Amino acid sequence: MKKGKVRGKVSILEHELVPLHEVMTEREVEELLNKYKIKKEQLPKIKSSDPVIREIKAREGDVVRITRKSRTAGKTLFYRLVTK
Amino acid sequence: MRTKRIKAIKFGLLSPTEIRKMSAGKVITADTYGEDGFPIEMGLVNQQLGVIDPGLRCKTCGGRMGECPGHFGHIELAAPVIHVGYAKLVYRILTATCRECGRVLLSEGEKRRYLEEIKQQRDKHADVNGVVKQVFKEAAKNEVCMYCGEYFSIDAEGLDDELNEKSSVGSELRERIEDRGFTVSKNALFRREIDPECLFCWSRVPDDDAEQMRLLEFLMRDFELTWVKDARISKKDDKTLVIARGKRAVEFSLSPKRDRVTLNLEDGSSYEFPVKKQGTELFVHNFRWVITDKERVYILKRVLDKLSIYCGVRQKQIKYEKPTTYKEIDDDGKERRLMPTDVRERLERIPDEDVELFGMDPKNARPEWMVLTVLPVPPVTARPSITLESGQRSEDDLTHKLVDIIRINQRFMENRDAGAPQLIIEDLWELLQYHVNTYFDNEIPGIPPARHRSGRPLKTMAQRLKGKEGRFRGSLSGKRVNFSARTVISPDPDIEIDEVGVPEEIAKELTITVNVTERNLELMRETVRRGSKNHPGANYVRRADGRKVKVTESNHETLAEELDIGWKVERHLVDGDIVLFNRQPSLHRLSIMAHYVRVMPGKTFRLNPAVCPPYNADYDGDEMNLHVLQTEEARAEAKILMEVQRNIISPRFGRPIVGGIHDYITGLFLLTMGDRKFNKEEALDILRDIDIDALGEPAGVMSDGSPYWTGKQIFSVILPPGLNLQFRGKVCERCEERGLRCEKEKCPREAYVLIRDGKLISGVIDEMAIGSFKGMIIDRIFRVRGGEAAKRFIKNASRLATNYILRAGFSFGISDEDIPREGKEQISELIEEAEQKVERLIMAYEAGELEALPGRTLEETLELLIMQELGRARDEAGEIAGKYLGIENSGVLMAKSGARGSILNLTQMAACVGQQSVRGERIMRGYQDRTLPHFKHGDRSADARGFVRSSFKDGLSPAEYFFHAIGGREALVDTAVRTSQSGYFQRRLINALQDLEVKYDGTVRETQDTVVQFTYGEDGVDPSKSVGGKSVDIDEILREEIGAST
Repeated sequence: MKKGKVRGKVSILEHELVPLHEVMTEREVEELLNKYKIKKEQLPKIKSSDPVIREIKAREGDVVRITRKSRTAGKTLFYRLVTK
Repeated sequence: MRTKRIKAIKFGLLSPTEIRKMSAGKVITADTYGEDGFPIEMGLVNQQLGVIDPGLRCKTCGGRMGECPGHFGHIELAAPVIHVGYAKLVYRILTATCRECGRVLLSEGEKRRYLEEIKQQRDKHADVNGVVKQVFKEAAKNEVCMYCGEYFSIDAEGLDDELNEKSSVGSELRERIEDRGFTVSKNALFRREIDPECLFCWSRVPDDDAEQMRLLEFLMRDFELTWVKDARISKKDDKTLVIARGKRAVEFSLSPKRDRVTLNLEDGSSYEFPVKKQGTELFVHNFRWVITDKERVYILKRVLDKLSIYCGVRQKQIKYEKPTTYKEIDDDGKERRLMPTDVRERLERIPDEDVELFGMDPKNARPEWMVLTVLPVPPVTARPSITLESGQRSEDDLTHKLVDIIRINQRFMENRDAGAPQLIIEDLWELLQYHVNTYFDNEIPGIPPARHRSGRPLKTMAQRLKGKEGRFRGSLSGKRVNFSARTVISPDPDIEIDEVGVPEEIAKELTITVNVTERNLELMRETVRRGSKNHPGANYVRRADGRKVKVTESNHETLAEELDIGWKVERHLVDGDIVLFNRQPSLHRLSIMAHYVRVMPGKTFRLNPAVCPPYNADYDGDEMNLHVLQTEEARAEAKILMEVQRNIISPRFGRPIVGGIHDYITGLFLLTMGDRKFNKEEALDILRDIDIDALGEPAGVMSDGSPYWTGKQIFSVILPPGLNLQFRGKVCERCEERGLRCEKEKCPREAYVLIRDGKLISGVIDEMAIGSFKGMIIDRIFRVRGGEAAKRFIKNASRLATNYILRAGFSFGISDEDIPREGKEQISELIEEAEQKVERLIMAYEAGELEALPGRTLEETLELLIMQELGRARDEAGEIAGKYLGIENSGVLMAKSGARGSILNLTQMAACVGQQSVRGERIMRGYQDRTLPHFKHGDRSADARGFVRSSFKDGLSPAEYFFHAIGGREALVDTAVRTSQSGYFQRRLINALQDLEVKYDGTVRETQDTVVQFTYGEDGVDPSKSVGGKSVDIDEILREEIGAST
């Protein structure tokens, strides 16, 4: 298959194995960093070239909130910093 | 003690200057000891390098043996040699640098970019290897050095045709170049290619100053458009870039396919440039022409009607021959060896700023230091010689190797000074290289290892460090320790689960240091008075001044008298001392637990069978280790964290891992099964080892009028009062899942265990109740009453079980698998039927009447159906056997209660062993089209493919025996492979995860405090404090609160 977006292609965000990714607002990020008393760089990273990150159009420096299904907790939140 | 903090560690190469500077003396003699038995001066065990003989003093620091740490010396090598450890790197550096000027074969721009990238990685404390790898890769591609060449230009007029030439240089072009004083040979190669240097980046130009500068410089230089200097650059649309000033304007337009950019000049003429895509960005390039001659390379670029030419040194291909030879290859394939001196010269020429491109710090590691001119000689303390019984000295392997090096070094010098022919010099040089190579690493592939006189390969530098027994894994990460003991374990159900029986012999060897105080003075005196030979004695005393005195048979009386406050006594291990007990492999934290000592006669460690599961121990010859804790802090920590009763619940699955096994389960099963009646005498006898004060009300009166108690009542005695619990036992057959109604208390199998207020109301005690890994009762007691109570319960349960099973008697023998004749006949019939069915299946297959299952071939379908049929036959045979072997059968009882074995084991013993398999398929291998010569070719019948119809009791036919061996071998190999693979996998996991930590806020972080998990395990639950892995046991809470029952 050819690279790049093909019109009519199914968005990967709709795939059941791709958890919900959301770009967090600055306020939310601040709250998050305060909650864990960390700097942005101490967050787990995700590449800006990651297919999901491209799809949701997150920019470098953004923090994404990932809502995952969890075997132990049912639903769990995870945060990742978008990097180069 | 003064503590120092390590701020940083710096790694680098030793420079020759540094080696000489740190050297305590030059070594020139290959000899070690002289006639007089003293070390020879300037020899290899030179007294300047430290002392290993008692009585001598170090000539460098004046210290005696033990005081002097040893000092390095050095050998001046007659000729430089390559350091094997860096041979590969030297090769890569050679290919990446110019053979004449030593500069890295990259353009200034590329260098700047890579340096920036390396700096970025460094700032991030990240790995620079990726960048460095790219530097080497890119630099090695360059055929020509762009630093030490010359620039000139020639007229391009009338050369258009020749420039379109494909492979050879046109005569006009050659002439014009030669006019400028350069030569181009007849067979020089000629080609046109895309200039790797980009002109500008199309994607970035309008808003990037650097790209604008590049573009404008190019236009001014190559097209003499000087007016563009202050021009405005803008993108008219996606396809066109306009550079305009006043009325003047030029345009770049991108072709629709995005593979070309056309420059449209004011006069209407235009030029085309190829476009290269890199990710999402587009780079515009120009063409260039390359003339490759023997020694030179000419790069021609067109600037209007001129050709600007760069003539640079052509790089030759370098070949690396393992381990330490480099060769330069000419065009005609001729090879010229690069001697270490040549290599060193080249490396010396690399400027410092280029060295940084290799990720090296030129201050600490110049590339030429990878070619040795001086060899450091390690101190003698690092290679001590040993004196054999015969009085002969035997030198360390490193010393042997150094002797070789010095000998060859000497010979090399002598030969060179005598003016020996080049060939001999080179041979000696090669030999010197070999010795230095094997001195560093004696396991280099491709060269024979240096050997000892006996033929044993020498253990040199790399061998000392490498591998499991090497310095890192063998001496630093793990080492032999004092205050430890190891012996075989054997069972003792009469000691507590947190105790360990220690042989007296061992107790007398292991010691604990006790400070003598006012309060224990008398006790310690007695201890010392007993000496070191009698058990609770002492081996050493340390006086107040710190002097250590051994307690001997002659001095123990006097020492005891002298003993005073402030002394220390190293006393024997006694009952109640806390020790660590361990069984390898230590796969989880429960493999090391704290136990309390019980000194005993005998020679084995004694262990309560209930603690076998966490250690995964049995008594078939297992050995275990014991470590005596030496400080109060360690003892306190062990007591709080590592006691067995604290670790009854496994941190892995949140259920008890300590619990009854084998006879403990059988015993309680027998005791609580049905309504066994015991009169008072019997009841008290069973309970005699248990500390109780009341038996409770009797259940009823026997026919003779005496009161009786039931087994369940007897068991209830050891349950803590107030305990409420209900669960389904191991014997439960999950009636509800099969659509039947659960009879609960009235279950005919007594599977429904109900405990109310510490009384066993219904149900039989089996693996589910007290077994390890399951143990519902232990689990509940641990949670409600704590570890001590759980420990007490396990102890009481095991005593009760052993007492009862002893009383009741329990055995299992060959005759226990006997089934009556009619049963055997039924089984035999059943199997014959199954075999016939298989025959019919095969016939159907051969007749082509068999229909393939979806996704399978016809053959696979047949195999599947046969496997199913035979599997079913075996299970049914087992069922028939089960009918004749009731619960009163010991085997069935053990299997049902979970004490040992399974129904399948019994089926195989009593009824039919069943199909043997290799990789989940019937046995196919062996001869052509058949498994054994007993069968016809292509026979697919059950017995020809490994179906064992006999039972173990009946015995197997020779063919069956053989098939069974095949299946058995596979199982054996599988376990062997699995353990080694999972062991290595675990090692890797441990290495990767060892620094992760759960912080107080519940996050998992690594050493830099970066978050790995925001909540440990996503639910923040510590499994060892959970109920079977769940944070709350909802069912139990409901039951407690509203009395709902499930």
